[in-house]
Amino acid sequence: MSEPGQFGLPVPPPNPNLETQRFWDATAEGRLELPRCDSCGHVVWYPRQRCDRCGSTSLTWFEASGRGTVYSCTVTRRIPGSWRKAAPFVLAYVELDEGPRLVTNIVGCDPETVHIGQAVQAVFDPTPDGPALLRFTPA
Amino acid sequence: MPPVTIRGKALIAGVYEHPGRDLPDRTLPQIHAEVAAGALADAGLTLADVDAYYSAGDAPGFGALSMAEYLGLDLTYIDDTETGGSAYLVHVQHAAAAIAAGQVKVALITLAGKPRTGGAGPGGSARFSSAPEASFENQFGMSVPGGYALAAARHMHEFGTTSEQLAEVKVAASTHAQHNPHAFLRDVVTVEEVVSSPVISDPLHRLDCCVITDGGGALVLVSEAVAASLDRHCTPVLGTGTSIKHTSGGRIDLTHTGATRSGPLAFAEAGVTPADIDYVSIYDSFTITVVITLEDLGFCGKGDGGRFVSDGALQAPGGVLPFNTDGGGLCNNHPANRGGMTKVVEAVRQLRGEANAAVQVPDCELALAHGTGGSLATRMGSATLVLGRSL
Repeated sequence: MSEPGQFGLPVPPPNPNLETQRFWDATAEGRLELPRCDSCGHVVWYPRQRCDRCGSTSLTWFEASGRGTVYSCTVTRRIPGSWRKAAPFVLAYVELDEGPRLVTNIVGCDPETVHIGQAVQAVFDPTPDGPALLRFTPA
Repeated sequence: MPPVTIRGKALIAGVYEHPGRDLPDRTLPQIHAEVAAGALADAGLTLADVDAYYSAGDAPGFGALSMAEYLGLDLTYIDDTETGGSAYLVHVQHAAAAIAAGQVKVALITLAGKPRTGGAGPGGSARFSSAPEASFENQFGMSVPGGYALAAARHMHEFGTTSEQLAEVKVAASTHAQHNPHAFLRDVVTVEEVVSSPVISDPLHRLDCCVITDGGGALVLVSEAVAASLDRHCTPVLGTGTSIKHTSGGRIDLTHTGATRSGPLAFAEAGVTPADIDYVSIYDSFTITVVITLEDLGFCGKGDGGRFVSDGALQAPGGVLPFNTDGGGLCNNHPANRGGMTKVVEAVRQLRGEANAAVQVPDCELALAHGTGGSLATRMGSATLVLGRSL
């Protein structure tokens, strides 16, 4: 495992593919881009080139606000493997203002203070390969 | 024309749970073979009688195809359905349907794994690195306890569930496990001991988590005609239900499981309600799994699971709803990190009157077994079976 990132957590590189390259390219520039369905308006997470709600394959990328609230969170204190030294850290679901709930970490704060309903803002944690991981910090 | 149903068309003739919990001296295929032999002997059948074989992600190599060759099976039906730890209940549903359709006479389902002494096995995490969601979930330190902790934290937030209530589930399981000579953990624990054990991922403590054991199990299902030819009293499958729940494009709901749909399907097919059930085997990867599942199956109202499990409600034989009388995954056994198989095995033991004497539910006529595969926090396969002592 490579060196920890700016928040002391592992920054394992993602594996971009034809459907997700645009998402990862945007993170490298510090922007959150999401696909929105042209037919029904559904904002799809994880990014893909199809709408899981209506089946359309016509979606348009847009820049999201990066704002959200903590839907659930846990302080992981014991974990084997490459994350062991990072504990305690906050694993969370954040609900974006645009709708999707996604797995992430809450960083840049005391883990014991993170709570459900807390307002958070996206931060981009660069990986060695260029793309950045979407993490959140208290707003 | 009456609706097509599998109710009573297939019967569980043989069950077997491997007595081992540490099996460093056996290969994975050997354990599959041992449990297959055990369940067939229990039924009074042999490998030569088997015409259908079912396995899941724990089977090595080409799955059922590889195992069919290793075991020397002569098959005209095969099914590799993989939903994680619930797969073996899904297999019962599929076997019952195939038997009801006249395509299968004797179905064999096996599970084996060595997470203690042999690593994660073919169903381990490496398998998932190519999944489309992988880069969006695997970069953040998600773990199995962490995922269930997220569900527990949200349940506590929405419904006021407490750590002490979750601990009641472990206390009941440990109370049962003391009577099981094969159980991995046989010491009775208290609520205080559970909540003072080390926190793994808030709010889950070490004693909220299931055990990690080597071992396995097997089931044999047969047609009515085959059942009539056997010495063994066979257990009819009365109702089955399966449901897949996932993140729904990012709109995941952490406080409900697929049991909200698999349960009603199984109850409807069996023609019974939760109030009719005498004994339940509920997948217990973590204490929270049991609380949410009992709600979703309708044994109590949504959000009332924590209160429902308090004060010994799950303890056999006298509790309101005796559960996991073998000690469950929390204390007895969680072979291959897949607890669905042992859920069916113990339900059949109860219906036969073969559970450990101290935890045998008197006059057990109807039992429910429920499996949860995958993770409450991402995507899961839920499967429910209603089994009867007789039709």
